[in-house]
Amino acid sequence: MTTTETVQPPAAVKTSGINQVLQDTMIIAWRNIRGGMRVPDTQIYMFIQPIMFVVLFAYVFGGAIPVDGVNYREYLMAGIFAQTMAFAVAPASVGLADDMHKGLIDRFRSLPMARSGVIAGRVVSDLCSQFIVLVIMMVCGLIVGWRVNNGVLPFLGGVGLMLLFAFAMLWVGAFIGLSVGNPQVAASAGLIWLFPVVFLSNAFVPPSTMPTIVQNMAEWNPISAIVAAARDLFGNESIIVSDAWPMQHPVPAALIWCALIIVIFAPLAVRKYKAAASK
Amino acid sequence: MNAIIAEGLVKTFGSGEKAVRAVDGVDLVVPEGTVLGLLGPNGAGKTTTVRMLTSLLPLDGGRAEVAGHDVATDPQAVRASIGLSGQYAAVDENLTGRENLWMFGRLYQLSSRQAKKRAEELLEQFALTDAADRPSKTYSGGMRRRLDLAGSLIVHPKVLFLDEPTTGLDPASRLDLWDVIRERVSGGATIMLTTQYLEEADALADRIVVIDQGRIIAEGTADELKAKVGGERIEVVVHDPEALSRAVDVLQRGSDGQCVVDEHTRRLTVPTATGSKGLIQVIRDLDEQNIEIDDIALRRPTLDDVFLELTGHHPEEEKAAEDEQAVAAEGGAK
Repeated sequence: MTTTETVQPPAAVKTSGINQVLQDTMIIAWRNIRGGMRVPDTQIYMFIQPIMFVVLFAYVFGGAIPVDGVNYREYLMAGIFAQTMAFAVAPASVGLADDMHKGLIDRFRSLPMARSGVIAGRVVSDLCSQFIVLVIMMVCGLIVGWRVNNGVLPFLGGVGLMLLFAFAMLWVGAFIGLSVGNPQVAASAGLIWLFPVVFLSNAFVPPSTMPTIVQNMAEWNPISAIVAAARDLFGNESIIVSDAWPMQHPVPAALIWCALIIVIFAPLAVRKYKAAASK
Repeated sequence: MNAIIAEGLVKTFGSGEKAVRAVDGVDLVVPEGTVLGLLGPNGAGKTTTVRMLTSLLPLDGGRAEVAGHDVATDPQAVRASIGLSGQYAAVDENLTGRENLWMFGRLYQLSSRQAKKRAEELLEQFALTDAADRPSKTYSGGMRRRLDLAGSLIVHPKVLFLDEPTTGLDPASRLDLWDVIRERVSGGATIMLTTQYLEEADALADRIVVIDQGRIIAEGTADELKAKVGGERIEVVVHDPEALSRAVDVLQRGSDGQCVVDEHTRRLTVPTATGSKGLIQVIRDLDEQNIEIDDIALRRPTLDDVFLELTGHHPEEEKAAEDEQAVAAEGGAK
């Protein structure tokens, strides 16, 4: 070990307020993306899984699930997009649980950085990767026959809605990850409940084919509102045969659901962060 | 000036009847430029104390000042003047050594250029330059500890908290880290060091505080603590079990203290006030009596003896049991 004495100590500079929050958030986001890209799990999640879902559903189920008078592949894509955005829960919960497990959250908390930087950085980096995933899926969708029939602005609205939904689900993921504090548990705790929630919706089949009780659940499922709104915005056939309010007004319903999820889970996640760190 | 002042620190985990006082009225004063060794078994409250002093845990009672800033009311100022190196090497294993140090520098609010420069210096100083561009998960345990420690030295902190910095390191890496710590002290830093290794506290600390079950049970310099346990003693291993009782008589003759007999190992221990003179006398007497011996030595008390005397356990014995307890307590706190 060399013992060269170093130059004059740089004193910690005091910046404060919104600038520091933004800067620290971006540094943590940089760190998540930079480090995450070195992990095979992340690469599979980002590049393989979305392609797999699109191809699998389009070619394997596409022929077997006839939906009357509708191009099923077109019908399907919004469902797969929404499902994958909902899966944002997984990287957020695993990432934060991992940081906690390895003691990195302690390290961050001992630094003179913005308190909110760790969660906000996680949300920013995961939102970036969800955006990349969405683009990859849309390109794959176009290749297998999905089309946007509604003009540029509604299309951008649809993309925005998908990202807003991902943003909302990231807070759910942050809450779960900080609650369990163990990456293995977080991986399953983050996803296990999502499968039934996604399948109990209009994502893959019209709810009108389901038993009445299940049908009612599906119509009021947030996923259904997101998917129906996306189909509207992309100009894909959505065959709504329901009087339920969210199905009649999918775009406002989708926005309300996203807002609700954020309003509930963002404060919960922040509280968990504070509590988790003070253990 | 005192770099660390703590008065009546209290931390309680859990609530109601299950509440555990992990730290129960700890007072500490660490003068600037000195090393305080915080010694105790796992679960004694060492880490909890460090976590309170570094603003990671709110205080349930008492007050604390670090580098002149109140931990409770001005935690951000405390964080800007301290470095913390934890029990688990908390570096991002997916980032390279250089990236880790740059990130920590940025989070200490250095500019990007300053952070880059500081990272280079630290990589050099900790002999990590060759590995600087490898993800830190490929590092050996010793390299990771060095990186972790380097991360806590970014801003030349006035006060450095090292929570079991050498746990799990091989002896050579441990000695390397000791050198780094000594260097920091000669550079004027104040260090609070927790450890389970008594020889580590002995080697590094100016003063030692022993805690058990959240309370301070002893404090002083290593020599003061050893003196508390008693002075030197003579230890004899007798060859023939038959000769044990005669040997006890010989030893007892030259000592005011009680001779302790371990029949199984045929080992006799007796306090002596006369040091090596006493030892020579004992050897003569034993020879005169034709008592054959396998081993004889004059022993000074170690911190192990201190620990045994104060807590009634060997620190090593306690580790396993306390580990389980700590896990259970952690589960209960959730």
